[in-house]
Amino acid sequence: MSVVKEFTKGLWQELPPFRLVLGLCPTLAVTTMAKNGLGMGLATTFVLINSNVIVSVLRKIIPGKVRIASYIVVIASFVVMAELLLQAYWYPMYEELGIFVPLIVVNCIILGRAEAFASKNPIVHSLADGLGIGLGFTISLTILGGIREILGTGEFFSMAVMWPSYEPFSFMVKAPGAFVCLGFLLGLMNIISRRRPAH
Amino acid sequence: MSEYLLLIVSAILVSNIVLARYLGNCPFLGVSQKMDTAVGMGMAVIFVVTLAGMITWVVQYAILNPLGLEYLRTIAFILVIASLVQLVEMFLQKSIPALYKALGIFLPLITTNCAVLGIAIINIQEEYDFMHTVVFSFASGVGFTLAMVLLASLRERFPTARIPTTFAGMPIAMITVGLLALAFLGFTGLVD
Repeated sequence: MSVVKEFTKGLWQELPPFRLVLGLCPTLAVTTMAKNGLGMGLATTFVLINSNVIVSVLRKIIPGKVRIASYIVVIASFVVMAELLLQAYWYPMYEELGIFVPLIVVNCIILGRAEAFASKNPIVHSLADGLGIGLGFTISLTILGGIREILGTGEFFSMAVMWPSYEPFSFMVKAPGAFVCLGFLLGLMNIISRRRPAH
Repeated sequence: MSEYLLLIVSAILVSNIVLARYLGNCPFLGVSQKMDTAVGMGMAVIFVVTLAGMITWVVQYAILNPLGLEYLRTIAFILVIASLVQLVEMFLQKSIPALYKALGIFLPLITTNCAVLGIAIINIQEEYDFMHTVVFSFASGVGFTLAMVLLASLRERFPTARIPTTFAGMPIAMITVGLLALAFLGFTGLVD
């Protein structure tokens, strides 16, 4: 498969979290606002690209038996870096995301890509894969956050977008709204993918 | 004593680990199709989360804080949890084979269950002392099991329900969880 294909598959065929139902905790937890979804997506993409590249570089050195532990150490190192970078340069976002920044380490998308892709493929392909999946995840989280923010508060990226008399539907920014909203989006994905058969 | 009781009620009902704190959703949705696997996973989580909560608390206050290495918390905790799960697995296999048979397949999955790492981090962030850590970790595990058992008992009825094909599988499960979370929202304000 070509490098371009590795990149684009993350945007539709294997789009997380809709096509690959993985990494649900950050997806549900931080998407009360489009901005938080974007921030979480970018932080995850940073970790995903770097861990994919490092795992791919070391794929012939890491012994098979301890590979999962080694991947976790690589991922955790980059998560600590992401934590420190956020603290230094984007502190309000670090506060907003809270506990979910350290929890990027147990996002199954990242470990999944290391095990299923980066450990078997050359560096450039792994980089493209990380970039594609990360970008897909970022877009999905921003869309989910956008829908919940618009319906729940009447704003989008903190700008009022609904008519002035709009009554905010606060259910959407609470926990149940997250699950229901994601459920409907997954149903929508089912409809779209049935109309557009896999090619 | 009443303080611990409040902590337990709040961890199980008011801020349920899955339905209000959004932790541990992957195993929650992944293995809740059947009641017996749901119970097995729940028990394994209670066991590991309580042990992990205690050990990570000791690691934080006996190793990381005195050495000024707080920024390494994430990496230290995940390593502790991964090796703990491995040890528990080996220990159960050798000494309590019956329990190993019941929990065996769920144990490796627990390393990437974000509820375990999440609770360990919450214990530190809330600055709980050791007893609070033990109680809170255990109660959160029980809350996870409760949510899991509730969802499994609902999902066991899906095959006989007429679900639109568009929503079959994951979407309807997600919406069911949403309704379950809505019910749990009713506990808000029970404990301050």
